[in-house]
Amino acid sequence: MTEAAAPKKAKPPAEKTPPPPVVGPVSGLEKLIKAGSFVVTAELGPPKGLDLEAIHKKVGILKGWVDAANVTDNQTAVVRVSSIATAAIMVQQGLEPVMQMVARDRNRIAIQSDMLGATALGIRNVLCLSGDHQTFGSEPGAANVYDVDSIQMLGILKGMRDDAKFAGGTDVEGGRPPLFLGAAWSPDADPAEVRTLRLAKKVRAGAQFVQTQCIFDLAAFKLEMKKAGDMGLLDKLAVLPGIIPLKSAGMAKFMRKNVAGISIPEDVVKRMEGNKDGKEEGTRLAVETIQAVREIPGVRGVHIMAIEWESKVADIVARAGLKKGPGA
Amino acid sequence: MIVGEQKPFEQIVKLIERYKRILVAGCGTCVSVCFAGGEKEAGILASMLRLEAQKNGRPLEVLEQTVKRQCDREFLEEMATKVGQVDAVLSIACGCGIQFMAERFQDKIVLPGLNTRFIGVTLEQGEWAERCAMCGDCILDRTGGICPVARCAKRLHNGPCGGSSGGKCEVGKDRDCGWALIVQRLQKLGELDRYSEILPPRNWTTSRDGGQRKVVREDLKEQGRIEPR
Ligand code: SF4
Ligand code: SF4
Repeated sequence: MTEAAAPKKAKPPAEKTPPPPVVGPVSGLEKLIKAGSFVVTAELGPPKGLDLEAIHKKVGILKGWVDAANVTDNQTAVVRVSSIATAAIMVQQGLEPVMQMVARDRNRIAIQSDMLGATALGIRNVLCLSGDHQTFGSEPGAANVYDVDSIQMLGILKGMRDDAKFAGGTDVEGGRPPLFLGAAWSPDADPAEVRTLRLAKKVRAGAQFVQTQCIFDLAAFKLEMKKAGDMGLLDKLAVLPGIIPLKSAGMAKFMRKNVAGISIPEDVVKRMEGNKDGKEEGTRLAVETIQAVREIPGVRGVHIMAIEWESKVADIVARAGLKKGPGA
Repeated sequence: MIVGEQKPFEQIVKLIERYKRILVAGCGTCVSVCFAGGEKEAGILASMLRLEAQKNGRPLEVLEQTVKRQCDREFLEEMATKVGQVDAVLSIACGCGIQFMAERFQDKIVLPGLNTRFIGVTLEQGEWAERCAMCGDCILDRTGGICPVARCAKRLHNGPCGGSSGGKCEVGKDRDCGWALIVQRLQKLGELDRYSEILPPRNWTTSRDGGQRKVVREDLKEQGRIEPR
């Protein structure tokens, strides 16, 4: 008998104090996903100044049509109202936020502190991202932080929630933050060899849901989902494929050429070219894509990215038959 | 090697504006190899400064000297005579050489004529690229021999980010994505399994984050005490 197979001597149970309880209610998005609902998320970009009316307006447009909305964290490295403040305003106004947090601007001290602060303000969902490089944005001369990357950030937040431990090993006092942890996934990204391996790392680090880069190439997406399923990732993970309503064939071509991690097949471009009303064709395509991804095992909802076209979200959601809107 | 670039000439002219006798001090090691601060460059810079002063009717005497290394006391010593003859030294060594010069010659103005850029390699004649960011705790064994700290624009340890495209970095098409290279190399080596390991948060105290760095080798110090050279 090998040593490994020998019956272990019964050890006295380790003196381990159970982690303190979770503080406050858990994420609504998490509850819906666990209950098997097909969830809808969208995006809300905070304003570049104190035009809070802009936030209120976007909340009004999205409320009732989505289950939660992502608040971008200085996306494209352009200074905006912080994602924490915007998310807190959304909590007050009854639209559940998914707070994005980028590794570009915070070290692990700030990440953990901001996360506790966000939790105190009622924020539950957090999407961990590396963040766009600052040289693209409004402060190209800024230093970047990147103390940790998005995967390490997930691990740190998971440790706070599950073990009541900070990254440095000290205790999270007075209860564990009830976080629902998310990440981004680009199923069409380069290098292709590690698309699913990278997803697996995110899941292992703590990701409970992923929102994907926008999906136009259904065949490719199905393939990656199949691989993810074969790796056993989809039992623990809710995948919300990204949906972007195109406005024109030009937009499709531009995105294909300039946005990393997006694959737009030729027939999609052809289809967009075939209709003079590009916005209508784009909307139809979005609705059809939602219906198609819905059938793929592991897909638990959709993430509609209609940046600066938030008014479109309700139309797409309604036409896809996902929700009937506020008060319904 | 340490790769440097001479400051723009107009900037150097401004730096020395208020001095009448200067020494252009070259360094014969790294910055010589990258054609920025060696003997030849010191000579050219000195001539250009003389010409410029002459053209503008400004009195300026320019001496020049290049030693093997400005980051070494022994070689700095060789400059003592000329340093003693000038108002200011314009050093075109790397930042270490410039500072060590100022440390050795406490009462002399020492000016930087060179921007120290990075630790890197010669890719081809006239092209240098960064390879190591001196994090102080090398992890190249985990990443196929390609450094994510120096060669990923976000120093991601579990990359790539979503901006990687066609092997290039989102920061610019003229730069390779470090993580594309890592994945490619791990695959070639049959070690892609390493990619699946999550690299945990780093302890950056060995990097600049831990405060000014110093290496002390007691064994060598001891030796130096016993058999002084
Ligand atoms: S891991 Fe650190 S020491 Fe090694 S090459 Fe990269 S920066 Fe240099
Ligand atoms: S594109 Fe590659 S090198 Fe550039 S930041 Fe992203 S992972 Fe790093």
